[in-house]
Amino acid sequence: MKKFGILVAVAVGASLLALAASHNPADAKDKVKVGFIGSLTGGTSANGIGGRNSADLAVRLRNADPKAKYEYEMVSLDDECKPNIGVQVATKLAADKDIIAAATHYCSAVAIATVDTYHKFELPIIVWGAVLPDITYRNKYPEVHRVNGTMINQNQLNATLLTKLGYKTFAVIHDTTDYGKGHNKYFSEALEKAGGKIIGTFGVTSDQQDFTAELTQIKSLNPQVIYFGGLTPIGVRIRAQMDRLGLNNVVFDGTSGIKSDAFIEGLGKFAEGSLSFLEGAPTERLPGGKFFLEKYNAQNYPNPPEAYGAFGFAAMNLILDTIESQGPDRKKVRDALNKVRKIDSIVGEITFDDHGQNTVPIITAYVAQDGKWVVWEDSEYASGKRKLPGQK
Amino acid sequence: MDLGFLAQYVMNGLMLGMMYALVAVGFTLFFGVLDVIKFSHGDVLTVGAFTGLATFIGLRAASIDSNALQLLAMLIASIGAMAILGAVIARAFILPLRYAPALNTLLITLMLGTVLREMVRLFYPDGANPKPFPRLLPADSVSIGNFNLRLDNAIMLTAGVLVIVGLQLLLNRTKLGLAIRAVAQDEETAKTMGVNFNLIVLITFAIGSGLAAFAGVMNGLYYNEINFGIGLYLGVVGFSAAIVGGLGNIYGAILGGFLFAALQTIGAVSLPFASAYKDVFAFGVVIAIMAWRPTGLIPEKLSERV
Repeated sequence: MKKFGILVAVAVGASLLALAASHNPADAKDKVKVGFIGSLTGGTSANGIGGRNSADLAVRLRNADPKAKYEYEMVSLDDECKPNIGVQVATKLAADKDIIAAATHYCSAVAIATVDTYHKFELPIIVWGAVLPDITYRNKYPEVHRVNGTMINQNQLNATLLTKLGYKTFAVIHDTTDYGKGHNKYFSEALEKAGGKIIGTFGVTSDQQDFTAELTQIKSLNPQVIYFGGLTPIGVRIRAQMDRLGLNNVVFDGTSGIKSDAFIEGLGKFAEGSLSFLEGAPTERLPGGKFFLEKYNAQNYPNPPEAYGAFGFAAMNLILDTIESQGPDRKKVRDALNKVRKIDSIVGEITFDDHGQNTVPIITAYVAQDGKWVVWEDSEYASGKRKLPGQK
Repeated sequence: MDLGFLAQYVMNGLMLGMMYALVAVGFTLFFGVLDVIKFSHGDVLTVGAFTGLATFIGLRAASIDSNALQLLAMLIASIGAMAILGAVIARAFILPLRYAPALNTLLITLMLGTVLREMVRLFYPDGANPKPFPRLLPADSVSIGNFNLRLDNAIMLTAGVLVIVGLQLLLNRTKLGLAIRAVAQDEETAKTMGVNFNLIVLITFAIGSGLAAFAGVMNGLYYNEINFGIGLYLGVVGFSAAIVGGLGNIYGAILGGFLFAALQTIGAVSLPFASAYKDVFAFGVVIAIMAWRPTGLIPEKLSERV
């Protein structure tokens, strides 16, 4: 009989839930809609889908929590990593007044194109993957926030790490696209604060083949480090030509742009000791990474969360927390998000500055060791077993 | 400036100039015999470099480890294959268009170049990524002050000089060379003197494309990296060098190649503004030279306008 009683209770509970879904009884939870946008099709779809699943995970866990005040439904849209499509779906999302807040965009080009839309429609959003600083810093939109770091943060870590290792003089090579110029700007600023000195800056085109002239000039300046702000293809060429000019006693210090397998494949043994920096961290190394991966795997999503999945989860979770405390009201949620200081999340502490940018985002340093990118702290270079050129 | 660094700049410039000159000579040979511009020339160089790389990977798989043997096989495979490719291109696309407007040849070879380039990108395994090129020459180096003289650079420069001298001897001292020059000067007369016109054209294209393959392998050995786009840029530079030197004249092409490399090096080193503008500077000077001497620095000896 006891078992029967439980069955009845479950059946009643289930029908109550069903009723709640059709808005009927007064004591059932109210339904609240939240949004998600990422690149669900196309070349970067693996990251988009990983982010979508992770945000979905946050919603599912919240709905399973009996203490939650609301029942959440996530509307998920595809920006295809194309700015024009992104503006369309952002408008669709923002125009739906039932949607209280959203976690949006992996692609920087899309995110920067859509911030105006969110501002116009007053939809609070949290960017979960795009890294371009301008997304939060070009305007001061109260609606726009971001949990992951930007190239500003990676260059800060870059400058701090290298000056801490005892390097003082740097030569900068950067490509002349917005990407390379951004790196040059933020690295130069960060290095000055950290106490290093830039003794030469060289802008190069992003399809240049021969760098021997620039490198010979750099050789005559005799720096300890060559900082390179650009992407893998010319990074490979520059490092290979450094060898040709006998510049092997200089550290090759790259950015997220060379953190690829192609860089190591392209250089073979000459990649050894090159540095790169990437926003985020391997998911298992994040403060709540283990918890996240456990929950994620329990849901049997067909795709992995990828590098930024944890940030998608953190962004959505922060939205849900805020709605729980403020109620389903866009303006209240927006204002509360702008006051986020030192809130714990699976990606570490989150503090939004006056532009809605998380100021303590996680950045990971990598060093090429034995043909692999190894997290700096785990490497034999950090432990002192091996030494970078000129490392104290 | 420190003498060591000066020597280093000169060395950098000479290596660049050698590669440009080898490409430019091809352009000028083709123009000599058929009065055509073959824009796929740079991409033949790319295919040549990748053929060399594939040969190397094949040899390594067959566990042939001697560097000299590997290099020799790469050069033979690459130059041989590109010579055939060049002749096929001439036979299939350029000879049939001889009496069509010159613009058609230019367009068809431009498109052919894109096809070659994209084929490398799509069909070579992971062809869109830069590929490491083996270091087969001894990398010993002597440091003289600030000048780092590498043995492989010296070997490549010498090999380049030998190839150019060899080509010169071939053109001036052999019957084949005589036939090529005859066709270049006057097709009709050459034919009446018993020169097999089509064969000579095919051989010329084979020689030019073989030179491109040599330059491609040299490019790989020098930069230790090749990618599917190298030929595009080298093609444009080689073409400009051939024009500025005087299209149709081999010395002009060589002069043009080294001149262009010198301009780039000067542009990167001594101009006060960023080195990003070195190409703007080099091409700007080329434009100025073209305005000053429209037929190039050393014009073709016999002009059809006479």
